[in-house]
Amino acid sequence: MKIYLDNAATTRLDPRVLADMKPYLTSEYGNASSIHYMGQKNNLVLEAAREKVSKILGAPARNFIFTSGASEANNLIIKGVMLANTDKGKHLIVSAIEHPCVLQSARQLIKLGFELDIAPVNSDGLIDLIALEKMIRPDTVLVSVMLVNNEIGTIQDIKSIAKLVHDKGAYFHSDIVQAIPYLNINIEDLGLDFASLSAHKFHGPKGVGLAYLNYKIKVEPLIIGGEQENGFRAGTYNIAGIVGLASALELAYQERDKSVNQVRELRDYFWSRIKTEIPEVHLNGSLEYRTPNNLNILFSRIEGEAILMDLSMKGICVSTGSACSAHNLKTSYVLQAVGLTLDNLNSNIRFTLGKFNEKRELDYTVEALKKTIRRLRKFTPIKK
Amino acid sequence: MSLNYTKKTVEHFLHPKNIGEMKNPDATADVGSMVCGDQLSFSLKVKDGKVKDIKFLSFGCASNIATASIMTERVKGMTLEEAKNFKWQEIVDELGGLPKQKIHCSILASEGLKKVIDAYEEKQSEK
Repeated sequence: MKIYLDNAATTRLDPRVLADMKPYLTSEYGNASSIHYMGQKNNLVLEAAREKVSKILGAPARNFIFTSGASEANNLIIKGVMLANTDKGKHLIVSAIEHPCVLQSARQLIKLGFELDIAPVNSDGLIDLIALEKMIRPDTVLVSVMLVNNEIGTIQDIKSIAKLVHDKGAYFHSDIVQAIPYLNINIEDLGLDFASLSAHKFHGPKGVGLAYLNYKIKVEPLIIGGEQENGFRAGTYNIAGIVGLASALELAYQERDKSVNQVRELRDYFWSRIKTEIPEVHLNGSLEYRTPNNLNILFSRIEGEAILMDLSMKGICVSTGSACSAHNLKTSYVLQAVGLTLDNLNSNIRFTLGKFNEKRELDYTVEALKKTIRRLRKFTPIKK
Repeated sequence: MSLNYTKKTVEHFLHPKNIGEMKNPDATADVGSMVCGDQLSFSLKVKDGKVKDIKFLSFGCASNIATASIMTERVKGMTLEEAKNFKWQEIVDELGGLPKQKIHCSILASEGLKKVIDAYEEKQSEK
């Protein structure tokens, strides 16, 4: 049995999205910057996709540029905004629970003479507004806080944060990738100056994402050497990917009510079984302020990667904290931020559901999990 | 980077040898910690200067369990001197290789082995 419970890492491409993309991978291969009819036809397709995105996310179409994903969009925004606005200042603030592509872009800037502060979160994983307010200085250019955290699914009050940041005279960026389709997004209403996302997190293709840029604010492009995207991002338009992104985003919101309720019901059912049938478990982060697809669970006294591998042998895909952590062997800074003790940082599993999951898969997973946990606890040297 | 384990590593993870508690061990030793993400606890029985029995408990990942499993299999019956000189590279070879970021598991296992033998020898010298 193949069971996929790692939808925050990536998702299965919706077959309808693939069908929409297919012509642009086969017969309609014209370069959207070319002047001949094959190019111009695809240029219309490109702008139609941008229009679609604009209607769903609530901001003018020309402010969206397509990138290779959220990592590129975050790199562009963090570095591009700081490098272009040194007349305003050289200070930036990012939250403690940002994705590594935001944190490391910010750290890279330190080497170039910029100053960085990290905004802390409380034990529910929510930004401490008072601490943030104190951090913002007259020379603060940009503040970045993600809307939904990738490890624990907590939702920030972005609208209040954006207002606070603007009142203090700084610009505001939010990585919104994990929020789709769980939250309705209206960029202008939320008060975002910058936003970023990736298509593959909501059943679109990998290798395409977008950056929302407020053109009233200067941004230094990262990838140059072409006039695409008004000069903000050089490179031949990835038409198939862009069509896929727009199509996936459209489906996500058209079917939102149904898919979100379904995911929430399954997630709640799954957690209620785990907490009653498996001893010594603890939910990390707030249950109230989290997206309905996410569970991050501490299994005391056993190691997370062993749990992951044991489940993997049974056909079940989950993750330990964030998907990158398996490779860099670093414990989760997000779980540390929500107050987990150092002893417990290596014993956590993230389950993230998606619209393709079914109840029988969760029943199978609970049974498998019970065996896995029992086996590993049998030979742990850690006493209760 | 890949976390593709060899068949043998997977086999030792799923069906580890010499795992569990030992009754009346001659010596015990812990290496690693929960904070580091892997801990091994060894217990040892010695007879006529040889490793009569060795067991371990694990708080660790698949390769932590597999490396301790294969190592304990290998050192049983060795003299204490031989066991002390057992190299972590032999564990890696025996498993048919380990992912680069998991090599430290084999080092931890061999350190644990030396530590439990040292603990035994210290006890003997006190007698």
